[in-house]
Amino acid sequence: MIKYILKRLWHSGILAIVMSLIVFFGLYVVGDPVEMLSDDEFTEQDKIELAIELGLDKPLYEQYFTYTGGMLQGDFGTSFVYNRPVLDLIMERLPATLEISLLAMVIGLGIGIPLGIFSGIKNNSRASKIISFFTTVGYSTPNFWQAIILIMVFAVFLQWLPASGRGLTNSMFGIEWAWLSLNGLQHMALPAINLAIYKICMQQRLAKSGTQEILYQEYMTFARAKGITRNRIIRRHLLRNILIPIVTITGLEVGGLIAFSTVTETIFSWPGIGKLLLDSIHMIDRPVVVAYLILITLMFVFINFVVDVMYAFLDPRIRHQK
Amino acid sequence: MIDYKKKLAPLSLQTKSIFSGHPIAIAGLIGFVMFVLIALLAPWIAPQNPYDLMVLDIMDGLLPPLSKLGNGTTSWLGTDAVGRDILSAVMYGLRLSLFVAFIATTVGSLIGVFLGLLAAVKGGWVESVIMRAVDLKVSFPGILLALMMLAIFGTGVDKIIYALIIGVWASKARLTRSSALSEMQKEYIDAARISAIPNWRIMLKFLLPNSIAPVLVMIPMSLSGCIGAEATLSFLGVGVPITEPSLGLLIANGNDYLLSGKWWISIFPGVVLVSLVLCINVVADRIREHNNPFLKSMNMQ
Repeated sequence: MIKYILKRLWHSGILAIVMSLIVFFGLYVVGDPVEMLSDDEFTEQDKIELAIELGLDKPLYEQYFTYTGGMLQGDFGTSFVYNRPVLDLIMERLPATLEISLLAMVIGLGIGIPLGIFSGIKNNSRASKIISFFTTVGYSTPNFWQAIILIMVFAVFLQWLPASGRGLTNSMFGIEWAWLSLNGLQHMALPAINLAIYKICMQQRLAKSGTQEILYQEYMTFARAKGITRNRIIRRHLLRNILIPIVTITGLEVGGLIAFSTVTETIFSWPGIGKLLLDSIHMIDRPVVVAYLILITLMFVFINFVVDVMYAFLDPRIRHQK
Repeated sequence: MIDYKKKLAPLSLQTKSIFSGHPIAIAGLIGFVMFVLIALLAPWIAPQNPYDLMVLDIMDGLLPPLSKLGNGTTSWLGTDAVGRDILSAVMYGLRLSLFVAFIATTVGSLIGVFLGLLAAVKGGWVESVIMRAVDLKVSFPGILLALMMLAIFGTGVDKIIYALIIGVWASKARLTRSSALSEMQKEYIDAARISAIPNWRIMLKFLLPNSIAPVLVMIPMSLSGCIGAEATLSFLGVGVPITEPSLGLLIANGNDYLLSGKWWISIFPGVVLVSLVLCINVVADRIREHNNPFLKSMNMQ
């Protein structure tokens, strides 16, 4: 097991380095920071001095090492637009993204899995067909279009929920959270539902096909033959087996949610890291884009590593693979 | 004589067995064909050319559906802020969205199939480089990768096609490799090798036709995925240029007017976008279900 973990760790390390190289050198060609920072009164001499000050005169590989060296010490550079350390900007906005992503995750799992198991067991019932129809429509509808419909229905026509911003925030452990007040929760509702709809649909489909696959396994037939009650079969045999893939997939889904929050946050003006990324792309704020992408990459590499280890932990066949 | 080449069932027969008795899938197919026809014929059937700034009249701006335009014609679905007829804009937008998605899916799948075959045939370091790259891609959400690409290369129709191709190829390469590897265990490949047929010929003539089926099954799904991704990126303003709006950009343009009650600018392109993706997805689901040996055996029980 330890050998397997070390091997995965080695792979993850290489993955992280390759991705940071791609992001750094890829974005190097975007926009000239000197042009961004200088105004009309700058002379050529001033520009050269500014370039030297930013370290842009040095060879590219040296800049990469300076950057990654600083990164390891928590220095991700300074934003051109906000003129503040990038890490502060990201850390400030991270809680906002986390709270809607996690809420969406809870809603998605809580509704999607029961629906999926139900429609898997009662495959040919009318209710199952109706559920499956709605989830097909749900995952065929692009995220941003769902957001527009949600705003139209709940914010404009019914006027039940606010359509933008984060509302009141309260402090807990020195971090500002919106979910601690009713006003904040109301602001969270639409963005979280927007993120959750896709999750519900995907979980329903996953759980449905998983259920159908398990229903026809021999141990299920055997359990029925033993005369075990239906509820007990569902609880002990079906649920346990279906949860293994779902639990492992959930890890990866957190990452997917944070990625998709880019779209949702932009539409609902939710001040999270996704909106920060998109604003920074539009304003060519290179340090923010580079730092965001590298951090997200590291997060994905880490999540993949954890998921791989979890798989190996749950399934001995994987860790003994050559 | 070894029958080394498995013949796929004729396409007409396959189509019949996929769709017969599945009215929703048939409806999806009909809808999809209709959308493709509208997209192809847009320059001839659209009331105006929405890209031609000369025909647009700002006086016709923001008219609701069924209004009379300055030149006497009726605008069935209303106009947007610059006086563009929404019906025409939707037809041209559909054309662009489908074009981008078709090219990206086709090129991405071809690249994926080629790399998958190459990995299976060559093995060694070629295989590990290709499969590492696949791992790299698959471990990342497509939308972020596309945003990263567009941040690097800038925006435009060609750029968004590249970004979508990056999203398509990896899963195809993985699938092709695994099905090609299992094909290579079979006798007809040995027979071909013994007959001193060159590697590239084995790859194209024998492996390709026999290991492509799982990729073909995935293509409709990729197509609808590309349409959705393009719409999302264009909506976010990092996709197609403002002068050639796709469905996603049309929705974004109308989004600013939604709150003031001018719903038709966004709603019509949105309805078309969702219907298009839905049509493709119900067909895709049916094809996948049909080709899933597990589900098939289950239905027989």
